[in-house]
Amino acid sequence: MSEAPHVEVKSLTVTARNAAGEMFPIVSDIDFSLRRGEVLALIGESGSGKTTIALTLLGHARPGATISGGSIRVGDAELTKLDRSALAQLRGNRIAYIAQSAASAFNPSRTIMDQVIEPALIHDLMPRAQAEAKAVELFRALALPFPDQIGARYPHQLSGGQLQRLMAAMALITDPELVILDEPTTALDVTTQIEVLRAFKAVVLERGATAIYVSHDLAVVAQMADQIVVLSQGRIREAGAAAQILHAPADDYTRTLMAAAHPAIRPAPEKIALSAAPLLEIRGLTAGYGKIGKDGRPRIPVLRDINLTIERGATLGVIGESGSGKSTIARVIAGLLPPASGQVLLDGEVLPPGLQGRSRDQFRRVQLVFQNADTALNPAHSVGRILARPLAFYHDLKGNAARMRVLELLDLIRLPATLIDRSIGGLSGGQKQRINLARALAADPQLILCDEVTSALDTVVGAAILELMAELRRELGIATMFISHDISTVRAICDDILVLYSGTMVETGPRAAFGVAPFHPYTDLLIGSVPEMRAGWLEESHAGAAPPPIGGTGDHPDLCRFLPRCAARVDGLCNTTPPPRRPLAKGSQILCHHGDESLIPS
Amino acid sequence: MIASAFKRAKALPLSGKVGLALVIFWLAVALFGPMLAPYPVGAFVAYEVFDGQSAKHWLGSDYLGRDVLSRLLSGARYTVGLAAAAALLASSTGTALALTAAVGGTKVDEPLSRFMDMLISIPSKIFSLVLVAAFGSSLGLLLLIAAFTYVPGNYRIARALAVNLAQMDYVQVARARGEGRFHIAIAEILPNMIHPLLADFGLRFVFIVLLLSGLSFLGLGVQPPDADLGSLVRENISGLGEGALAILAPAVAIATLTVGVNLLIDAIGFSGKGKGR
Repeated sequence: MSEAPHVEVKSLTVTARNAAGEMFPIVSDIDFSLRRGEVLALIGESGSGKTTIALTLLGHARPGATISGGSIRVGDAELTKLDRSALAQLRGNRIAYIAQSAASAFNPSRTIMDQVIEPALIHDLMPRAQAEAKAVELFRALALPFPDQIGARYPHQLSGGQLQRLMAAMALITDPELVILDEPTTALDVTTQIEVLRAFKAVVLERGATAIYVSHDLAVVAQMADQIVVLSQGRIREAGAAAQILHAPADDYTRTLMAAAHPAIRPAPEKIALSAAPLLEIRGLTAGYGKIGKDGRPRIPVLRDINLTIERGATLGVIGESGSGKSTIARVIAGLLPPASGQVLLDGEVLPPGLQGRSRDQFRRVQLVFQNADTALNPAHSVGRILARPLAFYHDLKGNAARMRVLELLDLIRLPATLIDRSIGGLSGGQKQRINLARALAADPQLILCDEVTSALDTVVGAAILELMAELRRELGIATMFISHDISTVRAICDDILVLYSGTMVETGPRAAFGVAPFHPYTDLLIGSVPEMRAGWLEESHAGAAPPPIGGTGDHPDLCRFLPRCAARVDGLCNTTPPPRRPLAKGSQILCHHGDESLIPS
Repeated sequence: MIASAFKRAKALPLSGKVGLALVIFWLAVALFGPMLAPYPVGAFVAYEVFDGQSAKHWLGSDYLGRDVLSRLLSGARYTVGLAAAAALLASSTGTALALTAAVGGTKVDEPLSRFMDMLISIPSKIFSLVLVAAFGSSLGLLLLIAAFTYVPGNYRIARALAVNLAQMDYVQVARARGEGRFHIAIAEILPNMIHPLLADFGLRFVFIVLLLSGLSFLGLGVQPPDADLGSLVRENISGLGEGALAILAPAVAIATLTVGVNLLIDAIGFSGKGKGR
């Protein structure tokens, strides 16, 4: 022991009151310590108590909960013994907190600069001018664009990744000795996450702050942490140095987490002998919002020239970052958004563009499963009523027959029959998502459109849902369109993959083609941005490198949409001529000027 | 049925029980009050006006020397019955139109909403004056006036709720399932807006009590010698300086009635939320 640890937590217990009014522990027997300048990661699923523990390091417990035992020491301060005003002196000053969703943590009616320097002003640490100068310096260190002017903007003018970094600037303005990062990159796209992680890591290292990093993602943590604490249901399952946990986990639960993070590749089922027409075909689809102009494009175009086919029983993965239009494809197929031009064919028959004119049978054959089961299931209805409605609507099943079928469905999705009369409010996230899936299955569909069905779930729960879907697909032969932002999931379960960028298909092909280079520059960026579960990946990854300089672009509407971010762009070609669609030798088709030989191998 | 109602009443929080007791009390008064009244409504029975409490006149006498208790017991019927019926009519009409607007799309929503905006700009008192002047005062007309006046307000609240709910994923799922508009409005949207609508109903009820009282004061409401609670307050206003029971009693009656209704509604909504119904 050369020096006393900087932060030390000993036998910490936090209790809360349950509905019956009894006190029960939500986290108990938590011990860890870290030296000055170390980064400790708290890993666990939702409900594991990781955020609760992180908040106790601010001396805070959420309403209804109390820190009921143990000690929390930061530097020379024992947080459990301090009163309100002494804690207020520490918070945002010596101890800073970076929340998960920066977009909702900023006040939309004040400028960024006012909010970033607020902690320094509240604690009277420096005059305003000095604080502003320091903020600009932090903006530069965090690799934000236009560091001198960005402070004058308002939160809605900035992207999620930028706000997350600005929140880090807000936390670091007082030079805190301890920074708590609560899932700071969870809400971001992978391509943004890598930039934010780089910025965080550089700043934390440079300032020598001690940090606590809360996350559910082992691969992200591998980049940041010196020590890892694995939590489950409010208790420590395993704690130790990052390398040991990542490479030689001792606990079963840690291994489960690791396994869930690497979805197993599932072999594609035998292709069913092809009948004349594919199950679903989309031809030349353009869709968006607002009035349709003279050129046949809507005022705010979301999708441009989409062509795809899904065979019976096959799975098509659609990947892209937020705003790429991937959910819009599902909405167009379901009829919720009539396309501006192009056709959707089901079984060779042209589907009416909107909801009007579709027959009940056409509705039945295509079912939509939304991402967020919390909002996709009507909170006023019971489980039984939700599942019985499609049965009554499509199959005219009523009374006892319907109830039998509902029980069968519950069995199919591995939920106990006793749930049938429960209301939605009392179910867990995973259970809700299963009900959400079961409602689609109740229709007896041929195609299920799954919109990010596992994104809102914990890794382990999400993996179980994927497992269930694969099984159902084998047993029932239902085709699936699997929309996701997570390329590793899509690569694991889909037969064909479509990469969407800003509403255009940039690369399409069979799964095998997405395992070998070369890729379209955007696919390359996507694949390269997925964190690998080893330390040092962040430094080695070339993803997100600055693109080469390029001349001005004309206002040609069909130019490559990825041009502003492309690392392989060519001046005089990419900014003047729309890219052609060309095949690659590995079997995929890309929308790019580059071919096999000129694409960067990765 | 009765047992389950009793069970639910027992599960209410304290404020809800108080509200329930007040509501039951006033319903009972509305139903049986006139039978219990010791004197006829319009009879001049006391020799002194604004008399205090006595064994003969439990709540004293009013500005003409009539028995306040008798007038209160028979007046409650008008207030409770008329206001409840009018509030129910206003809320159900407003909500039905709001649901139509929410599932009907812009083509239905826009004209309907602008029409409601127009109605909301008509001053309710003037509107009632014109109608009463044209058709003469009757209970049926008062009911219609009160209901009509408060339809636009309820419509606005219900539409705001329904339009938001219509964007929810579960409504989108129902639309993509091919459900008709009627099913979406009744089965998917309506159950999720009941609680705020009940709160709104409580508010409308209070407004209507006040509107009817105002009309009675102008002599256009319930016609003398009958009087509703509001007109009892108004007609005895000159006794306010003396703190006469004749004005306090009906004022307290209105207060307990409206507060009771609102306590009960809040409690129902609250206990309902926990059950997810």
